[in-house]
This record gives sequence, C-alpha cells and structure tokens, in this order.
Amino acid sequence: MANDTLTQPALTAKDFATDQEVRWCPGCGDYSILAQTQKVMPSLGIPKENIVIISGIGCSSRFPYYMNTYGMHSIHGRATAVASGLKAARPELSVWVVTGDGDSLSIGGNHTIHLLRRNFDINIMLFNNQIYGLTKGQYSPTSEEQKVTKSTPFGSIDHPFNPLALALGADASFIARTMDRDPKHLQEMLIRSNKHKGASFTEIYQNCNIFNDGAFEIFTEKSSKPLETIFLEQGKPLVFGAQQNKGIKLDGFKPVVVDLDNGSSKDDLWIHDERDFYKAQILTRLFDNPANEGHMPRPFGVFYETERACYEDVMRLQIEDVIATKGNGNLDKLLRGNETWTIQ
Amino acid sequence: MVRKEEILQDVVIKFAGDSGDGMQLTGSQFTNNTAMLGIDLATFPDFPAEIRAPQGTLPGVSGFQLRFSSDRVFTPGDACDILVAMNAAALKTNLISLKKGGKIIANTDGFDGKNLRLANYPEGENPLENNSLDNYEVTKIDVTKLTREALKEFTLGTKEKDRAKNMFVLGFLYWMYNRGMENTIQFLRDKFGKKDEILNSNIKALQAGYNYGDTTETFTTRYTVEKAKMQPGVYRSIMGNQAVAYGLIAASQKSGLPLFLGTYPITPASDILHELSRHKSFGVKTFQAEDEIAAITSAIGAAYGGNLGVTTTSGPGMALKAEAMGLAMMLEIPLLICNIQRGGPSTGLPTKTEQSDLLQAYYGRNGECPMPVVSASTPSDCFEAVYEAVRIAVQHMTPVIFLSDGYIANGAEPWKFPAAADLAPISVSFKKGLDEGETVLKPYQRDEKLVRPWAIPGTPGLEHRIGGLEKQDITGNVSYDPANHEHMVKTRQAKVDKIADYIPEQKLDSGPAKGKILVLGWGSTYGAIKSATAALQAEGYAVSHAHLRYVRPFPKNLGTILKSFDHVLIPEINNGQLIKIIRDVYLVDAKGYNKIMGVPITKTELVLKLREMLGGAN
Repeated sequence: MANDTLTQPALTAKDFATDQEVRWCPGCGDYSILAQTQKVMPSLGIPKENIVIISGIGCSSRFPYYMNTYGMHSIHGRATAVASGLKAARPELSVWVVTGDGDSLSIGGNHTIHLLRRNFDINIMLFNNQIYGLTKGQYSPTSEEQKVTKSTPFGSIDHPFNPLALALGADASFIARTMDRDPKHLQEMLIRSNKHKGASFTEIYQNCNIFNDGAFEIFTEKSSKPLETIFLEQGKPLVFGAQQNKGIKLDGFKPVVVDLDNGSSKDDLWIHDERDFYKAQILTRLFDNPANEGHMPRPFGVFYETERACYEDVMRLQIEDVIATKGNGNLDKLLRGNETWTIQ
Repeated sequence: MVRKEEILQDVVIKFAGDSGDGMQLTGSQFTNNTAMLGIDLATFPDFPAEIRAPQGTLPGVSGFQLRFSSDRVFTPGDACDILVAMNAAALKTNLISLKKGGKIIANTDGFDGKNLRLANYPEGENPLENNSLDNYEVTKIDVTKLTREALKEFTLGTKEKDRAKNMFVLGFLYWMYNRGMENTIQFLRDKFGKKDEILNSNIKALQAGYNYGDTTETFTTRYTVEKAKMQPGVYRSIMGNQAVAYGLIAASQKSGLPLFLGTYPITPASDILHELSRHKSFGVKTFQAEDEIAAITSAIGAAYGGNLGVTTTSGPGMALKAEAMGLAMMLEIPLLICNIQRGGPSTGLPTKTEQSDLLQAYYGRNGECPMPVVSASTPSDCFEAVYEAVRIAVQHMTPVIFLSDGYIANGAEPWKFPAAADLAPISVSFKKGLDEGETVLKPYQRDEKLVRPWAIPGTPGLEHRIGGLEKQDITGNVSYDPANHEHMVKTRQAKVDKIADYIPEQKLDSGPAKGKILVLGWGSTYGAIKSATAALQAEGYAVSHAHLRYVRPFPKNLGTILKSFDHVLIPEINNGQLIKIIRDVYLVDAKGYNKIMGVPITKTELVLKLREMLGGAN
C-alpha cells in the first residue's frame, strides 16, 4: 500500500542504520529483511525515538543492534513477553518484535499465543527459516518431517507447526505471510502490519543459506514461483500461474484448483476477503508440502485482519474509569485503612 | 448469678476446624476486634494444603492462631491456652499445641461417629467421652444444634444455616473475653449488605453465641486482657502481603514512577496481586501473565519503559525467573523481585513457611550475577523493607530481590502506620538528552555509584540498544573481548558491593555491644529471637540480637559486630543458608539452629538452645 506513505519523510533508510557491523552470514535472507525494514521505517511517520524493537535469541534476534531505534536483545523466547510489558506500560510507543521460528514457536510459543489473544498493538516479524541457525543446524518446530539435520541424522519425526494457522487459532487480529526474496511485497506487508491496530503476526520466509539453503526456493525462484505461490489481494479472485490462468474456487469448504483456459471462469473463483474469518482459516490450511503430487500453491499476503480491543487500551481505560468514579488514590487513606485505634 | 471477671496478661487461642468451617474468617474477626482495643497481638494462620480436602479429614483442618497480650508480643505464641475444635480432626491435629491444663471448646456435633472415623479415632472411642482429655478443661457445645435453633425462623436451608456456625462460636468468644461485637456486625453488613437473609442470620448467630455465654450458667468467668503499653499513636492491623502491596504503592507514589506488576498466581504470594489489583486509582497496572517467565519479563519491559517494574512469586517461580533476573542484571535496569518463600524444594510445602530461598537469591543464576537482597522480619516490616528495596533498585539501577515468607505474609500485627508525608523521598531521574560533547548515548557510562543512566524509549537522541550479551564498558556494544569481560564482571560486582555505602549500618536489636552470644537472624525468625534473647537478657546473660534487613550487600559494620561476641548463633527455618554466607564472608565459626518443619521456630526452642550454649546454666 505504497500510497499510504507520507509525502516528505524527514528521515531516510540511512537514519535507521547503526554503526554496528552487520554480522549475519553473507547471503543470509536477514539482510534483505533488514534493508526493507530500514526502507519502510521513514515512511511510517513515527518519530524514531518512539520505535522500540525487541528480540529474543537466534540469528534474527541480532536485528535490534542494526536498527538505530530503541531496542532490546532479550532472552530466548521472551521477546513477546518483554514487549507486552513495555506496551502495557507505554502504549504510545511503536513496539516491534523480531523473532525466529525457534524463538517464537518453540521456546517462546507460549508467550506468542498469549500476546496474540490479548491483542497488544505490537508488530511481530517472524523470520521463519525452518532451522536453528545460531546453534548450527538443528531442526526447528517448522522443519518438515523427515528432515535430516545435525540432531536428526535419521530424519526428523516431529510434525511441523503451521505458524499462521496457529496464530489464527490464538485469535490473532492480523496475519500475513511474505518472503525475503520479494522486497516490494515484504515492504508492503511491513507497512500493513504497522498500520493494523492490534497484534500483527507477519511470517517472513527467510533463507538460511548455510544450514537450510533453498528451503523456500520453490516459492521464491522465478521458474517455480508463479505456479507455487498465490498472492492475495483484497477483493480480487485467487488467481495464479505464469499466465494468470489458474485459480482457486471453493467447492463447499474445499478449495480446488481450476484451469481458467479450460472452461472455468474468473467469476467462479474465490474472492479474497481479509475480513472473512472462515475463509482465512481455510487459507491458512493451504499448507501442502510442495513435494506432494496435486498440492495447492502457497498463499502470500494479508490472510486476515479484524479490529478488536487492544489490551493496553482496555487496561488504561479501566484505570481511568476507576479514577473517574473513585478519584485519584490517596496514600494516607490507603495506609490508614478502615479500622484504626489510638494509643495515648 | 455471680460472675467472676478475671484479668489475663497473655492469651493464645487457636481456632481449628474443617477448611469449610470459616476458621480463618473467625480468627481474623477476633484479631481485628482485639486490635481495636489497643491490645498487642500476633497471628499465625495455618492453611491446609488442599482448598477443600474431604470434609472432616485430618488434611482438611484449617487453623488460625492468635496471641494477644497487655505486654508487647513478637510471636503468635509457642503453645495455646485455648483450642476451639470444630470437629474431631481439628482436635486431633492441634491437641499437641495446647498447653497442659488448657481449655478446649469443642463442637460436639463434629464428634459424631462419622467425624470420629474420618479423624482416625479407634472405633467406639470419642475423646470427649473417654478420659483422654482429663488434663484439659473441656467445654462441650453443640454448636450446630444451637445455631439451627437460633435461626429457626429463617427460611434458609439447613446447609446455609450451618454456615453461620463460626459466627456462633465467635459470639461466644466475644462474650468470654468481654468484647463488643460492632466491628464484626459492620463487617457482615459490608460483606452481605444486599443479601438480607444471610446478613441477618449471621448477625443472629453471632448474638446467639454471645447470649449463650451470658445465659448458660456453666460459664462463670469472663476474661479481660488490657491494652498493651505501646508507643502512642494511631494503629491499624496489617498482614505481611498487604504491607508489601502498600509499600509498593507508596514507593510508586513517592518516586513518581507508575507501578507495573507482572506476576503469575502462586501460594503464598498471590495476595499481593489481589491487593494491588484493587488499587487502580493509584494508576497501578497489574498484569496476570501466562507464566512466571512472562511475569518477570513483562516487568522488565515495563521497567525498560520507565515504570517501577515488579514481579511477585515464591520458590518454584523464582527458579523459573532465574534467566530473566540475569537479563535484568545485565541490562542494569531497576526491577523488584518479591519472593514470598514457602517450603521447598520443588513444589514442596506450598502452604507452609520456610526460609527456603536465601541461597537461591544469592547464587541461583547462571554466571556471575550479583543482586541485592532485602528481607522483611515482621508483617508490618514488609512495608519498610519493600520500600527500601525499591529505593535501592531505582537509585542503583539494579534488580533487587525482596524476601518474605508464608509466616509473615499471612500473619498480622498492629502497625503504627506512617503519614505519606513522612516517608523518605525516592529521587529518581531519567536521562533527558545527550550531554554536551556527547554525540551518541553511552548507556554504560557510570557515575560515582557505578550506576548507569536510565534512558527510556521516547527520549529523542538517546536511541540505543541493550541486551543480554556481554557488553563493552561505556558504549554497551556487544563485546567478546576477554579483558573487557573480566572488567565488566568485576564492575557489576563492585556496583552491588557499593550499595553498602548507601544503606544504614547494622544495629543491635537488643543486648550489649560485646558479649557471649550474638544471635544473628534474618526474616521471619525476628519475633522468636527477640523473645528468646529478651528472656535471657532478663536473667543477666550477655546475649544480643542483631537482625539483618540488608542481606546483600551486608551492612559495612557487620563484621565488627560479629567479632565482638564469643559465639554467633544463626537460627533459620532451613538447613543452614545464611550461616554458609556468613562463614564465607567473615570466616566466623557461627553455629546454626535449624528447624525445617514448615513452621516457625518457637521462643522456647531457642531459649533451650541458648542455655545449652551458655553452658547449661539454669
């Protein structure tokens, strides 16, 4: 939604870079995400000092060191909880969580779902590379079954999470998916997630070229991308394919791929509606293993958005309500209590 | 009928019954009534582990011990003068704590065949009917029958009527101790204001109990305990956890920092959350997090944002918070961690008291992770101690551990509460902008206290990044430099050690400055140590008492005090924790007195131990 950007941003991407040497492996997808974030930030119209980026532990969690805003590199899995406390205390701040698949879905899974259900107005950027990078190559909760890694020499026996389905299950009010290799789309999703009032959960497919190279190749490479991905746009039919000649229609509750060159009409297709919770649930389930015969394309874009009261606002309102009825607290009255006696 | 009136100096009552019998309420009502008369007191509630264990069973017994006296009292008493037993199980569990010759007030309805069986009395044996209680003065009252009788015109069901039994007993005790009942009637009005039947039946039962004492000829004596000679002033009754909550609100008000509590329910700390959540008019934010870790990390987030960040917990929760405490220590931001200790290890004894976690507070984190520790010694002392803990946290930019325990958390005592204006100010300031010549914030630039600036988000020009990785001195940038790491570890230690320059010197609570034995305590052993040392001082022994509030760092003169005595005795409700640290720091051959039974050390036990150390004199 580039038309949302401010006319004359005072700051540039450079203003958001720090003097710290970026230390991700050369070729890491994180570089692109950092660059797109720095590009987007000046357009958000938020004073730099009001932006706070909180991360946990993992490769992605080095992110705050490279952003010239306020930032905290916290402990493994807890960025979402630190951010919740900060947002509750200081609702006026723009709080971002940068996290990875291990950080937010494994060790920090609990805090992630609770942040979403409480609907703090926080933007979660989940860098999903389907591997543990910082600990040098163990499978993660999003790794596919049978994946051979350092800790699974005979193949992983873990069933992976579907991050967006999980987020929606936790009543997230905004869920989106994007990828490191599509800078424009990534920027657009960051702008959307920031614009959303409430918890936004943006899954970013990110390539770890050292321990899991090419995990998302099929979605990102020019040759396969058109057939393997479907880019969601509000109010538009679900169309994909190099010639935009394939579509998805709903057969009852079941999504099916149809060929537009072969008798099917665009009018029969599923029209994307970000506000439709039931359709969003089906969309998140378009999660087939691309290696499987007859699999569906993987959706990217904003799956779902709704407005729901934010925790920090309700918390503040409750306090204001109490003060409006009872007046400001009086410390002497509190300490004295209801029953006293006097010793002469 | 001629009635005797007797004046007593010191009374210990234990209310004991099934956990559904309302004994905690009965006890606390009698406590408030006592306090209002200016009589000194101390209480000790004894909760069962289960919320509602099967009715009538031994594990279901709930007790409330109250000591009141016209002298100053510092403990809830070693043994009881009166035991109120609502059923057979209550008698069986508590008889051991009744003095020989003590009074038993027994609800005979609670001694029927079923109750006797549930309390594991042998078939056909009823302690109220055989001669097993000959050494006691037993008063049998069929409370159930009398309560139902008194409430016969009410339309309530039998079950509801029976719920007023405790009010009958309370009324009877009010008669016995010559009390008015206004405070309890007012309490009932506040509680049941809109439910007329329930309100009136409770008042009626209360009055029936009183009248029963008044009109039944078997009771010939009423007792009075006179006002204690306490410092003049206005008093109220206060419980430990309540005092913690008030101390936090007071510190928030006096420092100007909004209070944020991130916490997760855990016995016996939850009452702090309950209390604070009621005081939103002070702008208090209470956040019941999804777990102990989110509880502390949310408080870290709030503290980073410039709030007074607090988390409250008990032993198992402390264990879960350890990594986050390390983060707060590395970030060098103010944070208060309140540990209301309970019996450990693991889940341990949730409802019983223990000074279980001093070593955990000292050492229970990865790496070199020094954190100040402040401990409270009595229910009302929780207020001052927690206030001090906040002062240290915000003025020294450090997480601070505050230790209390189940005994003082739930215990009550009279409190000569302070006026808000008399509370010491807590000055704190955020960094407002870059200083002259600064081009970027140096988050780990330290002042003379070795304290770094508190620069909060929203302040233009001070954007900076901090985290749990080792950081370069001054700049705060990530650093793996070997010499820097050693320097930072030593600096963080020195910073905590330096707090000793900003806390009062240790004082002796009582006794001569030099002598034979110093009894050194911390936390909830205060009352027992004070009472035991006072008894021996009265006999002329050179026994002194020092009680630590500042457990880390220790007051600067503590070493000198320790070396002024031939012997040092350290009583603790654990297997010896402070003693290890004292021996380590001061190379003093301290002796321990340890009790690990989930209950406080008694004065009698300590007196015996001290006599033994004094060479068996007397």
